[in-house]
Amino acid sequence: MRVWKYGDDINTDMLFPGKYTYTCATADEIKPHLLEDLDPEFAGKVQAGDVVLAGKNFGCGSSREQPALGLRAVGIEAVVAGSFARIFYRAAINQGLVLVECPEAVAAFRPGDSVTLDLAGGKVVVAGKPYAFPPLPAQILAIRDAGGLLPYARAKLEGKRT
Amino acid sequence: MGQTFAQKVLARAAGLDRVVPGQIVTVRPDHLLTHDNSSAIVGKIEKDLEKHGLVSTELPIIVLDHVIPASDEKTATGHRKVREFVRKCKVEHFFDVGVGVCHQVVVEKGLALPGRLLVGSDSHTCAYGAVNAFATGVDRTEAAALLLTGETWLRVPPTIKITLAGALKPPVSAKDLVLKIIGDLGADGANYDAVEYHGDVASLTVDDRFAVANMGIEMGAKIAVFPFDAVTEKYLAAAGVPRKAYEPVWADADAEYKAEHAYNLPAIEPMIALPHKVDNVKRVADAKGIEIQQALLGTCTNGRHSDLRVAAAILDGKRVHPNVRLLVLPASRAIMEDALADGTIAKLVKAGGVVLPPGCGPCLGAHQGALAPGERCLSTSNRNFKGRMGCKEAEICLASPATVAASALTGVVTDPRG
Repeated sequence: MRVWKYGDDINTDMLFPGKYTYTCATADEIKPHLLEDLDPEFAGKVQAGDVVLAGKNFGCGSSREQPALGLRAVGIEAVVAGSFARIFYRAAINQGLVLVECPEAVAAFRPGDSVTLDLAGGKVVVAGKPYAFPPLPAQILAIRDAGGLLPYARAKLEGKRT
Repeated sequence: MGQTFAQKVLARAAGLDRVVPGQIVTVRPDHLLTHDNSSAIVGKIEKDLEKHGLVSTELPIIVLDHVIPASDEKTATGHRKVREFVRKCKVEHFFDVGVGVCHQVVVEKGLALPGRLLVGSDSHTCAYGAVNAFATGVDRTEAAALLLTGETWLRVPPTIKITLAGALKPPVSAKDLVLKIIGDLGADGANYDAVEYHGDVASLTVDDRFAVANMGIEMGAKIAVFPFDAVTEKYLAAAGVPRKAYEPVWADADAEYKAEHAYNLPAIEPMIALPHKVDNVKRVADAKGIEIQQALLGTCTNGRHSDLRVAAAILDGKRVHPNVRLLVLPASRAIMEDALADGTIAKLVKAGGVVLPPGCGPCLGAHQGALAPGERCLSTSNRNFKGRMGCKEAEICLASPATVAASALTGVVTDPRG
């Protein structure tokens, strides 16, 4: 498990350049360009189970969903940040990507520390020390737990509300 | 305790008597905006659309504007797919290549109305707060689900109140005002919040309000909204919308605010956002002399007739600096027609301007006017993120149409007050 650590105000252009927005829509098209203008190493080395850790206002800027879709597709276990920009926050829920808003955990992290997630317990553990984060409201958790918004909406349309 | 604009609109949209900040409500938006991304959105739900159909032919507003005319086979195929969807599902509000930038088109065509709730798969959807609409951005997947179900959830936001006093002193403009506010509040200063503008808003035209509301997202805001007044009514009447077609909404005098700020408009100076964050704002007077290779006049932030006229007055009879490429991007065909009719476009072209088709153009770096490493663009657009104009080793600075025009003449950042 690797922790990818970044700073404040990481915008969606840095997570996925705008120049590809209208030519890359599927996970396979998105993956090679993930974080291209922020960290050219990321796309080649990221592995399922890795964690992204960042400062405040992660995902600000454009409404493009490729960052959330791509981070979910490469198997990022969670994005832990001081705070999230609102459209990215929605996009992550809609893709089933786990976000953890916990500025204390971000402040405690030092290079080399392990970061593990206790989603059920509402805790993120940095170098063995647990930090609590607030749970998502039940209505929103239901969307994420359905695997994202489209599976949730389909179930609702079929009258089998999850 | 009274209610904010956001509380009132969301209570109505949720069918509730009253809602409070933090509450999550299920709402049915009046409209859903999508653009070139409609092809990816529809692609997610092709089978669902066959099975369940489009929830309402009146809900979607689709504007092709981001990469227009198509730059290659892939974008052309995307556009074709959107047109096929429009025909098949009988989408009522469709605007093909050349009509304009989606946000301008939505307001210009009278589809964003006072008191209405709109969501859009574009972050600058918040611009419709200029005409007293509750308008906010969502992602593509949410847009896809909305096409099927017509409903989504919203958290009722707390509200920041910004009170304006006096009037701006030209050539200082609404763009300088909003840059000043974003510089003060920060890129996340209004994250998850609604921003209401109060006070002496009557001196601001709908064009001015549009520039201010458009950039609400650059401080993280869910919405940025102005009150309805005679200025709004006149604008909408000119767009063919009668007064009886809408019901404006505004906050109660005793509404509860998360924070309050005040700005004295005559004291606002020309402002500039330096790379690579929109809140990296300085006075133009403190940034004079920075060299530029490209000047972008237009976009959904500042591509209106009034913006082009301000720039044309500065450039009239002169020639842009030999090191500068001046790109002119009217926000819509209607604006371009007006700017052609009164000679504004002729002045800009004679000064060396290159007129681009009304769309998003260079702003998102997908085509037209991309930058090379080491180059710098001074732009009237709304974002200066690294890589935004196609190159991560280039720089973008943001300023008003007057500052961009004055700087295009000198080749360096220049205060339009002289």
